[in-house]
Amino acid sequence: MSARPSTRLSTRQARSLTGWGIANLAVVLYALFPVWWIVALSFKDPATLSDGDFVPRTWTWANYRGIFRTSEFTRALVNSIGIAVIATTVAVVLGTMAAYAVARLRFPGKRLLIGVSLLIAMFPPISLVSPLFDIERVLGLFDTWAGLIIPYMTFSLPLAIYTLSAFFREIPWDLEKAAKVDGATPWQAFRLVIAPLAAPGVFTTGILVFIFCWNDFLFAISLTSTTSARTVPAAIAFFTGSSQFEQPTGSIAAAAVIITIPIVVFVLLFQRRIVAGLTAGAVKG
Amino acid sequence: MTPVTPATPTAGARADAPRRPAGPSRGARQERRLGLLLCAPAVLVMLAVTAYPIGYAVYLSLQRYDLRFPAQAHWVGLANYGAVLTSTYWWQALGVTVLITAVSVAVELVLGLALALVMHRAVFGRGTVRTAVLVPYGIVTVVAAYSWQYAWTPGTGYLAALLPEGSAPLTEQWPAVALIVLAEVWKTTPFMALLLLAGLALVPEETVRAAMVDGAGFGQRLRLVILPLMKPAILVALLFRTLDAFRIFDNIYVLTGGSNDTGSVSILGYDNLFTALNLGIGSAVSVLIFGCVALIALVFVKLFGAAAPGAGPERR
Repeated sequence: MSARPSTRLSTRQARSLTGWGIANLAVVLYALFPVWWIVALSFKDPATLSDGDFVPRTWTWANYRGIFRTSEFTRALVNSIGIAVIATTVAVVLGTMAAYAVARLRFPGKRLLIGVSLLIAMFPPISLVSPLFDIERVLGLFDTWAGLIIPYMTFSLPLAIYTLSAFFREIPWDLEKAAKVDGATPWQAFRLVIAPLAAPGVFTTGILVFIFCWNDFLFAISLTSTTSARTVPAAIAFFTGSSQFEQPTGSIAAAAVIITIPIVVFVLLFQRRIVAGLTAGAVKG
Repeated sequence: MTPVTPATPTAGARADAPRRPAGPSRGARQERRLGLLLCAPAVLVMLAVTAYPIGYAVYLSLQRYDLRFPAQAHWVGLANYGAVLTSTYWWQALGVTVLITAVSVAVELVLGLALALVMHRAVFGRGTVRTAVLVPYGIVTVVAAYSWQYAWTPGTGYLAALLPEGSAPLTEQWPAVALIVLAEVWKTTPFMALLLLAGLALVPEETVRAAMVDGAGFGQRLRLVILPLMKPAILVALLFRTLDAFRIFDNIYVLTGGSNDTGSVSILGYDNLFTALNLGIGSAVSVLIFGCVALIALVFVKLFGAAAPGAGPERR
């Protein structure tokens, strides 16, 4: 195994090392080639757009300039960011409160909370689309930010609660006891001692929840009808070419690349945390 | 791995668990109230946005409710369910969904396990591999779906160019279903792999080494030692992914739009609602999908004894 103390590499070890190296490379290529393809597509000019080349022959920003000229895309981008940020904030705040209680406090109804969140984690969103569509039209929430924020935060709450309660169980709780000995109430202990310690876990959960909200498509196309709340994934599906003879391929590719940027940034900066967060809830949970 | 390094072993925290032995002291009452108070908003939101609407969906599914003629809505009992369950569209969509779910989850399990082993044994570039693998997990499904769609479109795509002249795989049922599975597998294998990797990390190194000393080959170690020890992690990953795959919508919507009999049950529900504008039938489909998902979860928990992830917090 890799942890073997001997430093001298036998031929067999060297060969196995090469084997694993090739496997690593294969994994990286597997993960990135569809991403590269859409990037390449977004930089092609209309003449070479359909040449099928894996690398653009000529590079152009035209597709990007094109989508940023229309409010169809910029408005959707603002919607996407606003809706995802608000939904994430609310879900993480509510999730933090509930997860603290789950990880820390004894109270009746804990099983109910866990049962309900488990149910919702498994809930098929399409089952909610028809009733929500009807309810939101009556309440005037259809085609508004709130109309999307509400289902997003609901569906991300189970994720938030699981991940956070897994993180919270790793916190040195003796500090809380010490605070209580010093006369702090449970609420003060939560706010002044535990919350700062829990911040990294909360942050990680925020990223996971944001990715979840950012990704949604079904609610976004079902609960909106105009650009006033349509998010980018939904807007892309409604893109039309600048003329009826032109396919919107370039615009779609460019918009797709734009909304992939935040994901790539998160992954590059917080790879460790995301992995820890994803696995914490499922395995230790 | 976790961002906070525990200053004290968790055992210490556990030892003080039965703090207040008998009778609800003032502190315990306070704790109980705080617990309920902290959970209340989350529970209320979740119930208000799921329990109430699903109940409403059941109610809608018992109505003849055409959005073009809302005034004519009236009670029809189980007629909508009869209409759905006797239509070939439902069974066709259910068949496609079950097929996509079964094939993609099976492929993901094998690929994910391989990926987890590669990541576990990564000799160099561990960070690079994990970062790369997180990209498919994080990327917006619609974006990935468009990438695949253009790749397989004759004339535009590099993958279509590899196929025999004149083939348009996305316009034929079976090739299209295969490509949908491929897109689904690409996107979600990393998630599966990460869950399995976490399970793999819990397998004691000494046990594996002992098996190696006893002369077990790689295959034997995997089959007789590693996999049995990973069973809980595998079951949780399978449960998550099966339920998730059954809800498949985005990939199909972009890749084929459900044409040529490639639609899943979610696509069928969506079409009834927004193309046919039939809220009654659409709701009946929604309720049936909900029933299927509940059935899958039940089978996993009862038959395989998958520890529901929620069982954890009580286990502490």
